[in-house]
Amino acid sequence: MKIYLPLDSVAVALGADDIAAAITAHASKTGAQIELIRNGSRGMVWLEPLVEVETPAGRMGFGPFTPADIPALFGDLAQHPKALGLVEALPWMAGQTRLTFARCGVIDPLNFNDFNANGGFAGLTRALDMASADIVAEVTASGLRGRGGAGFPTGIKWKTVADAKAAQKYIVCNADEGDSATFADRMLMEGDPLTLIEGMVIAGLATGATKGFVYIRSEYPIAIEVMERAVLLARANGVLGASVMGRGPAFDMEIRVGAGAYVCGEETSLLNSLEGKRGVVRAKPPLPALQGFMGQPTVVNNVISLASIPVIMAKGAAHYAAIGLGRSRGTIPLQIAGNVKYGGLFEVGFGLTLGQIVDDIAGGTATGRPVKAVQVGGPLGAYFPRALFDTPFGYEEFAGKEGLIGHAGLTVFDDSADMLAQARFAMEFCAIESCGKCTPCRIGAVRGVETVDRIAKGDAAAIPLLTDLCATMKSGSLCALGGFTPYPVLSALNHFPADFARSKEAAE
Amino acid sequence: MLDTATLATRTDEILAAHLAREGALLPILHDIQAEFGYIPQECLPQIARALNISRAEVHGVVSFYHDFREVPAGRHVVKLCRAEACQAMGADELSAHARAKLGVDWHETTPNGAVTLEPVFCLGLCACGPAAIVDGKLIARLDTAKLDAILGDLA
Ligand SMILES: Cc1cc2nc3c(=O)[nH]c(=O)nc-3n(C[C@H](O)[C@H](O)[C@H](O)COP(=O)(O)O)c2cc1C
Ligand code: SF4
Ligand code: FES
Repeated sequence: MKIYLPLDSVAVALGADDIAAAITAHASKTGAQIELIRNGSRGMVWLEPLVEVETPAGRMGFGPFTPADIPALFGDLAQHPKALGLVEALPWMAGQTRLTFARCGVIDPLNFNDFNANGGFAGLTRALDMASADIVAEVTASGLRGRGGAGFPTGIKWKTVADAKAAQKYIVCNADEGDSATFADRMLMEGDPLTLIEGMVIAGLATGATKGFVYIRSEYPIAIEVMERAVLLARANGVLGASVMGRGPAFDMEIRVGAGAYVCGEETSLLNSLEGKRGVVRAKPPLPALQGFMGQPTVVNNVISLASIPVIMAKGAAHYAAIGLGRSRGTIPLQIAGNVKYGGLFEVGFGLTLGQIVDDIAGGTATGRPVKAVQVGGPLGAYFPRALFDTPFGYEEFAGKEGLIGHAGLTVFDDSADMLAQARFAMEFCAIESCGKCTPCRIGAVRGVETVDRIAKGDAAAIPLLTDLCATMKSGSLCALGGFTPYPVLSALNHFPADFARSKEAAE
Repeated sequence: MLDTATLATRTDEILAAHLAREGALLPILHDIQAEFGYIPQECLPQIARALNISRAEVHGVVSFYHDFREVPAGRHVVKLCRAEACQAMGADELSAHARAKLGVDWHETTPNGAVTLEPVFCLGLCACGPAAIVDGKLIARLDTAKLDAILGDLA
């Protein structure tokens, strides 16, 4: 019997390793023949740990699984108390367009043959037969925009690096994923690491870079381990090395680990960190594409941007570009988090409204109370009230509502949330994580916390001060940490004014 | 306590393992901290010499990153997620409970040296919060009962 149990951080944090040990022990005691595969997660977090058993009809799911549920796995599966039916037929799975995450949760992430047999390396194989400029043109035609937050067209970035003349160029994968409510990078690296490697190799072919780095945050111990092992696997199988797949140019890569600094997700800060320096943001220009790692032309791309390249190359740019809304082409892995009934990762074409995501897909709150606010795009993203739930999920559409989609994380709050406290936290977070280079960010964020505290004490005169401070931070900050912290602060203030109208008596 | 000879020898070994890498300082510091539990001041001149940078530069890097410790932690390190998605599931109340129970604030160690309490801003477990990482082990769907059981085992 083939049993699947994720090695994904979510499953492990909910006891998967203990369950794996107990399944193995149970099988050896009863003499049952099993093969236990540690796969990635399907992204249905409320069902984790999710055990799957291969049957002639397809893979059947059981979850959320506990050790007590083990013996029944060896009986009539349909009668199992945690039986969910066929996993692929569950509405959450059937409603998605899984392109980037097609193999995540399906294959054994560290089995080279499994990857190959499920469409892996189809994109790289095609790219190896193409001229560099044609690969760049294909990526440009797909409409893919950076999934790290800024939404810059990936093909144009690659062209800049491809056209730059230098003895050494680099591909740097940004796996710092510091935004709260985001975990797509982590899930992909844990569940299908070879796809990321494949994407980075294609980026190397397209731009003439021969060396890659994946900069992974230290808060992701499992992703680090899986990626390290996947690099060894790719090297042993000739994907990485002196000649890509034995017929391409050289490409090799290293995994590097961050050290707990949110700002190191900003690309120039990340490059400084990779070089062994303080993670201080660099002024642009020069662009990293021209003077990046060690002063050399460097592609810096998010995990999901790079991991989407193989499927774009395999299915063609037109297939990818046909999905989406407006200037937001292709699919986006929504990460639905916080106080939700059904949380997890849902990959779908751009264009669902916020209301469809929160009410239909996420099923409202876990507490069963009304939704009060949804923060979209991480700690630098705006808080959206229900009145804006008709906003379609797209870069321009969210920008038009004084918000951003960022890395596509959504945090749902119920009506017990205090939006003044959320505004205070946004300022506090900026103060803690500021790289210190500009005064409006470094000092402004500290003043911001104090100003929100004055408002909390009933000092209404401090409200315009907060608005002014936000304007200064917006215009006077070098990067989006200081520059975008006003988004959560002002959206909280503007959409939820009642939470800022504290009477002096109530505060005392 | 660490004796200086062992410290110097192990530091040399770690340096040798990484010196050929581009931008070797972070990998070196991670290994030093994994080895000694913190970044001992005594290592800095040795690292600086090997990388041909100033001691002040090494110190600047150590102090910039939240992960690097300049003094040893308690026997156990409990990091509770303070970020927004966990807040939406009660992380603030949970950490207030933890601080009261341990009698320490963020970044402090209990007087008996058993537990250091630290904040962490997201572990990628945002759809099953509140989340924590205890001595490197990820934990999700925390509540006060589950946390009390964990802290009870550590004390
Ligand atoms: C404070 C700050 C934090 C950021 N964090 C990340 C991150 O964790 N991951 C990421 O891919 N991009 C992050 N970015 C965006 C990067 O600077 C950069 O735009 C991105 O890595 C480019 O890759 P892409 O074009 O594939 O999105 C951050 C930006 C800022 C200002
Ligand atoms: S805005 Fe803040 S984080 Fe960004 S460069 Fe300025 S000080 Fe550094
Ligand atoms: S917000 Fe706590 S794990 Fe992401």
